Amino acid sequence: MIIGEQKKLGEIAIMLDGHRKVLVAGCRSCVAICLAGGEKEVAVLSESLRLLSTLKDKGWEIEEATLERQCEKEWVAELGPRIQGKDCVLSLACGVGAQTIQAMYPQVRVLPGLNTSNMGAPEEAGVFVEKCGGCGDCVLHLTGGICPIARCAKSLLNGPCGGSQGGKCEVSPQTPCAWEEIYRSLQALGRLDLLEDPIPPKSWLPSRDGGPRRIVNHEAVLTEEQKRMKGGKA
Amino acid sequence: MSARSDLERVLLENKFAVTAEIGPPKSASAESVRRHAREMRGSADAFNLTDNQTAMSRMSSIACAAVLIQEGLEPVVQMTCRDRNRIAMQSDILGASALGVRNVLCISGDHQTFGNMKEAKNVYDIDSVQELMILRKMRDEGKLWSGDALEVAPVLFLGAAANPFADPFEFRVARLAKKVKAGADFVQTQSIYDMGRFERWMALVRAKGLHEKVHIIAGVMPLKSPKIALYMKTKVAGMIVPDAIIDRLKRAKDPKEEGIQLCVEQIRHLRSIEGVQGVHIMAMAWEEKVPEIVRRAGLRP
Repeated sequence: MIIGEQKKLGEIAIMLDGHRKVLVAGCRSCVAICLAGGEKEVAVLSESLRLLSTLKDKGWEIEEATLERQCEKEWVAELGPRIQGKDCVLSLACGVGAQTIQAMYPQVRVLPGLNTSNMGAPEEAGVFVEKCGGCGDCVLHLTGGICPIARCAKSLLNGPCGGSQGGKCEVSPQTPCAWEEIYRSLQALGRLDLLEDPIPPKSWLPSRDGGPRRIVNHEAVLTEEQKRMKGGKA
Repeated sequence: MSARSDLERVLLENKFAVTAEIGPPKSASAESVRRHAREMRGSADAFNLTDNQTAMSRMSSIACAAVLIQEGLEPVVQMTCRDRNRIAMQSDILGASALGVRNVLCISGDHQTFGNMKEAKNVYDIDSVQELMILRKMRDEGKLWSGDALEVAPVLFLGAAANPFADPFEFRVARLAKKVKAGADFVQTQSIYDMGRFERWMALVRAKGLHEKVHIIAGVMPLKSPKIALYMKTKVAGMIVPDAIIDRLKRAKDPKEEGIQLCVEQIRHLRSIEGVQGVHIMAMAWEEKVPEIVRRAGLRP
């Protein structure tokens, strides 16, 4: 899932300055799980903004809406009537959701209420940790099911570096050394042999360095005729 | 095999090699590099130039190496994977080789959050093992990693770092073997204070026969004060400083002299360990003491 964190109220207030009619738009997917942009967070933030508006005489008119998934056009289409007459949408979805709204409603300014951080998982109640680097060329079969790209501070493919001590990363005593974890995992699997040969330089071509990545599932792509038929129905 | 550098020649002749570290200045003048070169001339076979150590911008290691060559000394250029991608690295190696640099130490580099520009983006396109693979290909095959032929291949004596004090301990020797497979001709170790652990590590190195495949140069760093020793113990990643050493410096009337004496004793001990072929002296901001250390350790007249 995508992990994000709400921006500070003060920062949001600065973005909202000069706007009047605001729609706060949440998402019931990932950002609801990580307690940053679901229905409840939309309600709490909206209430805070109303209070701030009264106290500081900002004149904001705050409305709320939470979509099933803000990254899919089908769901975002529902927002049409709610966006009518608004000055801006404060999106509490990830950056993908915010961009989907902007692409579908180019006449309204979309403001990000959330900082999108990473692809991760809930570790324990209230703790969310990055797990996947999204490099486009998975190596988990070589590294005991632990991603060195996301979880090693230096994304080393032949770790651990000389800064690994007591199972912790040199960067912070709170951060586990991913390569210590990889070593332990391969040890438990009886596959330490996988660490004997150097892993050669990685191709970052399928990673983010090549512009926006595009994955096409040809079986799911509609033909021109199917598109026309679908368009006709709608 | 003919030696590609003076350092390699010394090691091939089975003489006990001495390398020393010179910290590049936070300056656009290389005067301090020339001063250190004059102070340390004759004390070591080659001199390491650190590469933006602890992730702070300093004069480039290659530029400092060129100055050292002008002064008639042999450099070891350190090159981290933190600040350059494979394109920049190969380009810098061609330039360094053209300037006369032969010894290159391939390292991953301190993470940028140790430095004074924590907000910087790191590179880590490749790691230190992959850096060795790329540079070896340039040297041995006369090709860039892409496969493109070089008109003239660089002449390189390739180094790697080894840290017997990092974890997991039992994997440290396997990782050294990996670096040897990737192309390391010599290794310089992290500063040694825990002699027992270093000896255990060396025993594992010998058991794998690695001391016959790679020249092992043991790292030492003279301590100026108990405060610095404590700092090394608690703040520097991958370092072990036993309390006995800190206590010894605390009890000493002249901690600086005690620090030098300790370093001299460490070098004498390291020299007696089978498979240790040299010593690397990292006298950070204390370079002027290197000739005295080397003399008192009996390495130079």
